Amino acid sequence: MAAEREPPPLGDGKPTDFEDLEDGEDLFTSTVSTLESSPSSPEPASLPAEDISANSNGPKPTEVGLDDDREDLFAEATEEVSLDSPEREPILSSEPSPAVTPVTPTTLIAPRIESKSMSAPVIFDRSREEIEEEANGDIFDIEIGVSDPEKVGDGMNAYMAYRVTTKTSLSMFSKSEFSVKRRFSDFLGLHSKLASKYLHVGYIVPPAPEKSIVGMTKVKVGKEDSSSTEFVEKRRAALERYLQRTVKHPTLLQDPDLRQFLESSELPRAVNTQALSGAGILRMVNKAADAVNKMTIKMNESDAWFEEKQQQFENLDQQLRKLHASVEALVCHRKELSANTAAFAKSAAMLELLSDYIRLIAAVKGVFDHRMKCWQKWEDAQITLLKKREAEAKMMVANKPDKIQQAKNEIREWEAKVQQGERDFEQISKTIRKEVGRFEKERVKDFKTVIIKYLESLVQTQQQLIKYWEAFLPEAKAIA
Amino acid sequence: METHAEAGKEGKPSCASVDLQGDSSLQVEISDASCLPHFAQTEFSVVRQHEEFIWLHDAYVENEEYAGLIIPPAPPRPDFEASREKLQKLGEGDSSVTREEFAKMKQELEAEYLAIFKKTVAMHEVFLQRLAAHPTLRRDHNFFVFLEYGQDLSVRGKNRKELLGGFLRNIVKSADEALITGMSGLKEVDDFFEHERTFLLEYHTRIRDACLRADRVMRAHKCLADDYIPISAALSSLGTQEVNQLRTSFLKLAELFERLRKLEGRVASDEDLKLSDMLRYYMRDSQAAKDLLYRRLRALADYENANKALDKARTRNREVRPAESHQQLCCQRFERLSDSAKQELMDFKSRRVSSFRKNLIELAELELKHAKASTLILRNTLVALKGEP
Repeated sequence: MAAEREPPPLGDGKPTDFEDLEDGEDLFTSTVSTLESSPSSPEPASLPAEDISANSNGPKPTEVGLDDDREDLFAEATEEVSLDSPEREPILSSEPSPAVTPVTPTTLIAPRIESKSMSAPVIFDRSREEIEEEANGDIFDIEIGVSDPEKVGDGMNAYMAYRVTTKTSLSMFSKSEFSVKRRFSDFLGLHSKLASKYLHVGYIVPPAPEKSIVGMTKVKVGKEDSSSTEFVEKRRAALERYLQRTVKHPTLLQDPDLRQFLESSELPRAVNTQALSGAGILRMVNKAADAVNKMTIKMNESDAWFEEKQQQFENLDQQLRKLHASVEALVCHRKELSANTAAFAKSAAMLELLSDYIRLIAAVKGVFDHRMKCWQKWEDAQITLLKKREAEAKMMVANKPDKIQQAKNEIREWEAKVQQGERDFEQISKTIRKEVGRFEKERVKDFKTVIIKYLESLVQTQQQLIKYWEAFLPEAKAIA
Repeated sequence: METHAEAGKEGKPSCASVDLQGDSSLQVEISDASCLPHFAQTEFSVVRQHEEFIWLHDAYVENEEYAGLIIPPAPPRPDFEASREKLQKLGEGDSSVTREEFAKMKQELEAEYLAIFKKTVAMHEVFLQRLAAHPTLRRDHNFFVFLEYGQDLSVRGKNRKELLGGFLRNIVKSADEALITGMSGLKEVDDFFEHERTFLLEYHTRIRDACLRADRVMRAHKCLADDYIPISAALSSLGTQEVNQLRTSFLKLAELFERLRKLEGRVASDEDLKLSDMLRYYMRDSQAAKDLLYRRLRALADYENANKALDKARTRNREVRPAESHQQLCCQRFERLSDSAKQELMDFKSRRVSSFRKNLIELAELELKHAKASTLILRNTLVALKGEP
């Protein structure tokens, strides 16, 4: 199968790469749906989500946006540009990504022109290889903070605005320090755009924090009690971690949407992230369709690495869930204890990390699912090609010259498609491998730092306890 | 399982120990009762049920002679139901719990069961020891019978009617108390008692609150310790599954949590023993002291009434003699009560203070020890984790 063949060389700026990817979009537009990933599942999630049960935040396998052709930007691309590129204007993603183009799961043919509606990033300064080198060498200097949550407006239209501060020395940003105000739905919008562009190519896009209608309503209503401040604080921390993870990813960092998010003072409102919008309902429907689809796809996994990794992630997911549940109980009890003895509840930090990782793993699984879909498309293309050949043969026998010509054309077309499918599949496999490697490294680092922090805080608590008890002892002795 | 008691001051049986038998009846062993002249032998043991202890306590309470004394509070009913239920629930439990986790939880529950066991026995023992220590109370005939009589005392547990009766009596008593205190004519002649009264009332409510809160803290600690079990198990399974550097980290973490769990458990049980139990005991004791005060007050009221009756009889010049003698009686009773009550209350105070002091010191020392130990473990794990690449 394709996996054995040597994948096309990456990063040497060869235009052939871009061509492939550009063509590839067409296949993608047709499958299941073109909805961007919805970081928020509408609260009445009555439809069965596949394996993303409670944390329905991972980018769903449903979304298959259109590929972004960063390759367009390379200066060398001009000669061997594919049929599509002139049709595409590099537009900033000022419009919401194709959110409402539902396509039935079975059609494979879509007019190429449709690809126009997707967004393309602007020209970058450097080629992809440079970026990768940099990432590997870890010369990557950008710091993001989310702070100052403040309430804007009142009543049910109120929302919390967060200040996103960026400190960086990267040259692609116009300033070295800047900050903007963003609200929660802006974050969700960013995530959905990124996911629609990168997920189906095999990149692991970090999932955004969850929507919480209950929490937000409490804040909107204006209750100034501790639970709503706690909620806001938790959300702020989650948003910060989300952004930090996203910018750590070298490919995502180059994305213009991300830059716009960080830099520009005004951001078009991302309406499709609302829980109860038309888009939301559509997302639900497509999620269900995809679930059914997933059950019927039987993939011939010839690459042992993928199989092993998938299994690994399954296990990891389960384990983390269990751990998460236990730590949640721990947090609860510590809170109780602290309520009774006025101490600190430090395990909440661990909890945060665990839930983040559960969602990240869901994202990883989504990426794997994409690969599966890619493979399926390829298979289908092959089948269709066969059919077309048969039809041609029949025509030959029946001796209808005009039909023969048409059949020949179609055959050529499908041959190209088959090749395309194959190349896509290889591409996505390679990308996934790299991504998973990076993910693992990140994971190790993340866990370690958090664990160390947690333990240190425990030590601190214990030391304070010691101090207090030592102060108490002489008093106890003095009881008369 | 035996629990040996410390010998008290002279004039007391030096070794009264209580042992719990299979069917929740207690075996009382006395050795060296030479100081009690009434006893035929110096060493003997009998088997008593919990109800028989209660019977003894009630006998004391109802005895008019001891109205001026603080009767040691009756030991609480042995309650193994809670633990048994939990054990059962664990047995049916859910399949998501691994075998090691299950074993650990079972171990915890069994330890809890054992702890309750021991506490119950200790309570009974303390009860008897206080009786034996009190110069007046230990000469009671019922006490001797209780300690000596080889066979079953055939005391049945209170049936429903008696329980209800007891309950009603309590209500009547508190109403009576309210009435007496509210009575305008009744003046507390002695400042000491006035002071004691207010103090005791306040103290009793405060200590009850403190007891509840201490219980909650202890339970939270216990839950915390139990929480560590699944965490440790999950971490170790994560660790065995990992293939990279995280593996050793996770395994070390699992070990850490295991040890932390034991520490937390010990903290919980220490708090339980030193703090909660002590608070509970003194809650009951202060209730007994309050009862004493009530009795005295009642006696005072009676005395007043007798006075009034005498005056009335004198004015009417009829039945003066019986009224007089009645009044005399009341007066004597009242004074007797007052004296002994004073003594008792002062004893109570000193006893209370010393017991609090001892327990609180021990609690503080233990907490310090545990905190230091857990700091040590945490530091070691931190060093190990940081040391790895």
